[in-house]
Amino acid sequence: MAYSDKVVDHFENPRNVGSLDKGEASVGTGLVGAPACGDVMRLQIKVSPEGIIEDAKFKTFGCGSAIASSSLVTEWVKGKTLDQAETIKNTDIAQHLALPPVKIHCSVLAEDAIKAAVADYRAKHGDPTIAPADKAAASQGSKP
Amino acid sequence: MPSPAKKPASNEIKRPIYLDYQATTPCDPRVVEAMLPYFTEKFGNPHSRSHFYGWEAEEATENAREQIAHLIGADAKDVIFTSGATESNNLALKGVASFYKDRKDHVITLATEHKCVLDTCRHLEMEGFRVTYLPVGKNGLVDLDTLKAAIDDKTVLVSIMAVHNEIGVIQPLAEIGKLCRAKGVFFHTDAAQATGKIPLDVEAMNIDLLSISGHKVYGPKGIGALYVRKKPRVRVNPLINGGGQERGMRSGTLPTPLCVGLGEACAIAAKEMPAEAKRILALRNKFLKSVTGRLPEVYLNGDLDQRVPGNLNLSFAYVEGEGLMMGIKEVAVSSGSACTSASLEPSYVLRALGVGDELAHTSLRIGFGRQTTEAEVNFAADLLVERVSKLREMSPLWEMAQQGIDIKSVQWAEH
Repeated sequence: MAYSDKVVDHFENPRNVGSLDKGEASVGTGLVGAPACGDVMRLQIKVSPEGIIEDAKFKTFGCGSAIASSSLVTEWVKGKTLDQAETIKNTDIAQHLALPPVKIHCSVLAEDAIKAAVADYRAKHGDPTIAPADKAAASQGSKP
Repeated sequence: MPSPAKKPASNEIKRPIYLDYQATTPCDPRVVEAMLPYFTEKFGNPHSRSHFYGWEAEEATENAREQIAHLIGADAKDVIFTSGATESNNLALKGVASFYKDRKDHVITLATEHKCVLDTCRHLEMEGFRVTYLPVGKNGLVDLDTLKAAIDDKTVLVSIMAVHNEIGVIQPLAEIGKLCRAKGVFFHTDAAQATGKIPLDVEAMNIDLLSISGHKVYGPKGIGALYVRKKPRVRVNPLINGGGQERGMRSGTLPTPLCVGLGEACAIAAKEMPAEAKRILALRNKFLKSVTGRLPEVYLNGDLDQRVPGNLNLSFAYVEGEGLMMGIKEVAVSSGSACTSASLEPSYVLRALGVGDELAHTSLRIGFGRQTTEAEVNFAADLLVERVSKLREMSPLWEMAQQGIDIKSVQWAEH
């Protein structure tokens, strides 16, 4: 199975790899997936006082498609409001990267990572309407 | 596919270094050379008894049979040609089970056997046979006492592979053979990965049936063999009926060029195995030392000592195997992780060894063989060290591990 050019590009030149300080109030962290399933994504967003995502970082344990999906969403969420970021759909990611059917779960995970990061940020800011995203595995922010 | 990360400053697409010798091996040029005349001028049907063309082809297939038999210490008359090890394993298991089904109904195998053995056993279970799938130890080896205890008076066959395709471990064949002979149970071994790699002797090891694959031993694809002992006699019902070739066990016209190729491959192996095994073992050890000396948290799966020279199976903790293969695409290896296969489950073999799923997802099988050079091994080791380090820097699990967080203590959402 050959990878699409876009997956190869994101895999070989990943955008925004790294970490933000999860303890900071302006940072939301989403950690989704499970090591036993072969993919774990951590997406972090830094939100401006105006509610705009001004920075995003990721680290991913997974196949090339998982790494590419998370790299792509760090680019996509930047400059968006939280509400706008939450409208990013796995199908958009899968389509953009031309993921084959067996790799659709990578794009689903990337969508989950966005939702988890946004939920973490909102939880920090006491937004009572937001429950942690269903599939969010564990917020690293809550770990020692 | 061109890539900026590609090492050589060349415009032409360079073939990756091949380190997947357990998947298949290239045909040795000497094998191809031996085969060629049998496609064209010596094209006769080896079963034509009435003219020169048939005699010439028959002489070639019988010579090949001798060459194969010689490699495993067998009588040439006990060797039959098949299409490959999958067919040989099917014939051994189904053929023996069905022939003796009035008296015996029990087959013993290992949980780590190749899919073609396990799937055949499932088929036998559907037909009413009992099958015991024995566990293996953490090193991948069968425990002889466990095997002994599993044999009952209805056991007809024990099928245990000689060398494992994923983890390369060598089972104690002589001990298994001795035990089976004493218990009056037939012993079949899938020797696809063992033939030409380690010494095999069906007499000394009391092996009753032995499967061989052509393309794992630098021979052609599409040909294999099954050794079926005549003294004491093992009977098998054929899977393929027809003209009664191969002593009635496998009908169909023999593919003379392929038979010649397998024979030549076995003859080369018989001659060169000691030197080749030594050379490949040295390369493998160098690679292992080079990688584990520079990278922490690399784990070997399967026993190191009871292992075929050309195999390594390594887990690179915190780096997913398929992602890693993409990261080292200048080298062709295979992965024990899920994503390469149709299922999303990691290797059932590593699971049987007690390797956790999270570590199984990080494993690569690296195979060294006849064409592997020291320069290739050095390049591959350097590349692996560089890319594993890079991918670990991208891995949230690696970061957590560095911070002292126990990955197992985190409540993950399995998906």
